[in-house]
Amino acid sequence: MQSTEVTPRRMAASSSETLNPGRLVVALLLFAVLMAFLWGGFVFLRDAQRNDSVPKLLLAVLAIVWGVAGAGGFFYTMNMVVEQLPGNARRLLTPFVFVGPAVLILLWFLALPTLRTLYLSFFDANSIEFVGLNNYVAVFTERTMLTAFRNNLLWMIFGTAGCVVAGLIVAVLADRSNFESLAKALVFLPMAISLVGAGVIWKFIYYYAAPGQTQIGLLNAVVTGFGGQPQAWTTLVQPWNNFFLILILVWLQTGFAMVIFSAAIKSISEDMLEAARVDGASEVGIFFKIMIPTIQGTILTTTTTILIFALKIFDVVLVMTGGQYGTNVIAVEFYRQLFTAGDNGRGSAIAIVLLLAVIPVMVYNLRQLNRQEVF
Amino acid sequence: MQANAASISQELADAFDGKLKGTTVTMTGPFVEADEVKFNASVEEFETLTGIDIQYVGSKEFEASIKIQVDGGNPPDIVDFPQPGLLATFVAQDKVVDVSEVINADWLTENYNQSWIDIATMEGGSGPITAGVWNRVNGKSLVWYPKAAFDEAGYTVPETWDEMLALTEQIAADGDTAWCIGIESGAATGWAATDWMEDIMLRTTSLENYDKWVAGDLLFSSPEVKAAAEKMSEIWLNEEYVFGGRASIVTTSFGDSPTPMFDDPPGCYLHRQGNFITSFFPEGAVAGEDYDFFYLPPIDPAFGKPVLVAGDIYAMFNDRPETRAVLSYFSSAASVESWVRSGGAISPHNDSSLEWYSNDVDRKVADIILQADSVRFDASDLMPGAVGAGSFWKGMTDYVAGTVELDQALTEIDAAWPGR
Repeated sequence: MQSTEVTPRRMAASSSETLNPGRLVVALLLFAVLMAFLWGGFVFLRDAQRNDSVPKLLLAVLAIVWGVAGAGGFFYTMNMVVEQLPGNARRLLTPFVFVGPAVLILLWFLALPTLRTLYLSFFDANSIEFVGLNNYVAVFTERTMLTAFRNNLLWMIFGTAGCVVAGLIVAVLADRSNFESLAKALVFLPMAISLVGAGVIWKFIYYYAAPGQTQIGLLNAVVTGFGGQPQAWTTLVQPWNNFFLILILVWLQTGFAMVIFSAAIKSISEDMLEAARVDGASEVGIFFKIMIPTIQGTILTTTTTILIFALKIFDVVLVMTGGQYGTNVIAVEFYRQLFTAGDNGRGSAIAIVLLLAVIPVMVYNLRQLNRQEVF
Repeated sequence: MQANAASISQELADAFDGKLKGTTVTMTGPFVEADEVKFNASVEEFETLTGIDIQYVGSKEFEASIKIQVDGGNPPDIVDFPQPGLLATFVAQDKVVDVSEVINADWLTENYNQSWIDIATMEGGSGPITAGVWNRVNGKSLVWYPKAAFDEAGYTVPETWDEMLALTEQIAADGDTAWCIGIESGAATGWAATDWMEDIMLRTTSLENYDKWVAGDLLFSSPEVKAAAEKMSEIWLNEEYVFGGRASIVTTSFGDSPTPMFDDPPGCYLHRQGNFITSFFPEGAVAGEDYDFFYLPPIDPAFGKPVLVAGDIYAMFNDRPETRAVLSYFSSAASVESWVRSGGAISPHNDSSLEWYSNDVDRKVADIILQADSVRFDASDLMPGAVGAGSFWKGMTDYVAGTVELDQALTEIDAAWPGR
């Protein structure tokens, strides 16, 4: 933030406070040339990509040069134009030179698609006929969608609680152990694995082979080792199969919660803890009455972050069960409707519902972060 | 091939004259790994002769990615569809070039059985068009068995459905399980169950009803379809008939499911699947010795010996001379010859030769397709994607997994039919 403040002021000092028409024309000309360069480059790249007339690698390099030079040149010339303006106008416009393009691009890539999705959600599968709220009615009445809502709730409650509680426990215990960094590294390690990769790993843990076959699945090997019957954990054990999937999220995300909690716990002043101990507080008492209230803000932020993550859960379910066997979640159903069934209307409606569900949590999360002055 | 190129299309003749040298044709489809290698090998000769570079990029998520590419206005030149139903949605949007404008009609009727051309004829925005050409097909009405153990146990190949049920019962009485079934297939879980349904539909009801079913005029909740599902359940849901029972059916990947057949003693004796399944058999298993197959027997003699088939249809999205030449090439058997010779492909082209088939399995499958009283294409591949690659798979899985009862599963499959 700071550097953007400094640069224009320094430049401002070197230029006069009055309008300089000659230099303004030159700057505007430069700007026009740049725009022509940007547009020409765009057309060239688009056509070259379409007719495959330039080698792909060269094209990629050209695209990067065009993009980076274009963005740099854009800021430079815009700044030049604004600099030639009289003092007041310059001070007013300078911030927009820097933040404007980013906001525009953000609107283009985020706001427009969102509005378009909202628009499409009122139309039929091919986005031709207006169907009113039909897609939303279907979203809230179909059995598969209702299952998806129920499962998302399970994910949000148990997935989030699992990560936060486990993360907190590990953070506190590791803080007192002699092998803190090793323990934390082990818990943190799964964070490096992608959700799809985790799905593959856990497939082998939950793998089911018919009774009498060699159980190559870890869980079933253990169960049969103790004389039990092998179970098809992720498919037939309904509705508990959801919890076996949620466990994967806990395994992956506990590390994230733990790192943040650990940092927060270390920032609790030792004096306070010492004082409590001197006054005869038990360790459990210290944990609940001093540590938890002190790091409350951190706990809330972490919880909401994981909550949003659980709400959007997709990869694990798609890889493990494809949303079948009563494990469907909103994001998977959205994918199925849009890409498998090719139903733009229904897919958009589900996306909007998911967005509406995420927004309150997100707003709360941002407020929380603002209060902690993270931004 | 070069001799009759002009009778196929002008562009193909131009290509062999070297007029299209240095051009590139992009292709995509679901062939990955071994299939992609075999595909590339089969077009290599054409590339050398004409100087046209065919760039094939296969994708496991083909069904989803092709929609993005087409909707984004950036489709590859030629696309391989194993599901004509998916292609039909693009034809309806007028995104596909009419093949009859590219390739001589005489050549098409000469080189393809009329039923293949019928399946390829689809409703475009302004009337029906020929949406693509068939390049590689496979037969699905096949039951595989471990030949050595099967013979040793004294079992005989059944000629009717009842004989097959009797055999199933006999194997159960001997303390073994007859069938190996697995429908797990990632996001596509359930398709193996739809194949069974289709085979039983062909054997229990008329071809007219089958076609109505494909077109959406015969509901899944109708007595005909429900009867087929119940016929299937007689085997599927009997824990004594299926290796590992229901739990195994829904959790075992379709490719892994025949593996117990090759155990000693075999975990199962029967496995119904298309001829492509041989690629999933253990390495070193010898056709005709370790395993063999028989035609899935008829249920009602009134409906004869129908065969369920599937295949790859190649459609053209960008109209350029070199694209026309390549598509024309795919309408002749020469384009698939090397694949046929290396195994795993059956040519639907009339100018192919039975001598090309290097193994008895492929030759016997080709023969079964030729001998069939009637041939019908895999129904789920013809239905709209929302059903054929969506609710049909999901509904069958839900039913077999016991998530819902049969009636509810069938009603839910119906409900997903577009515009219903």
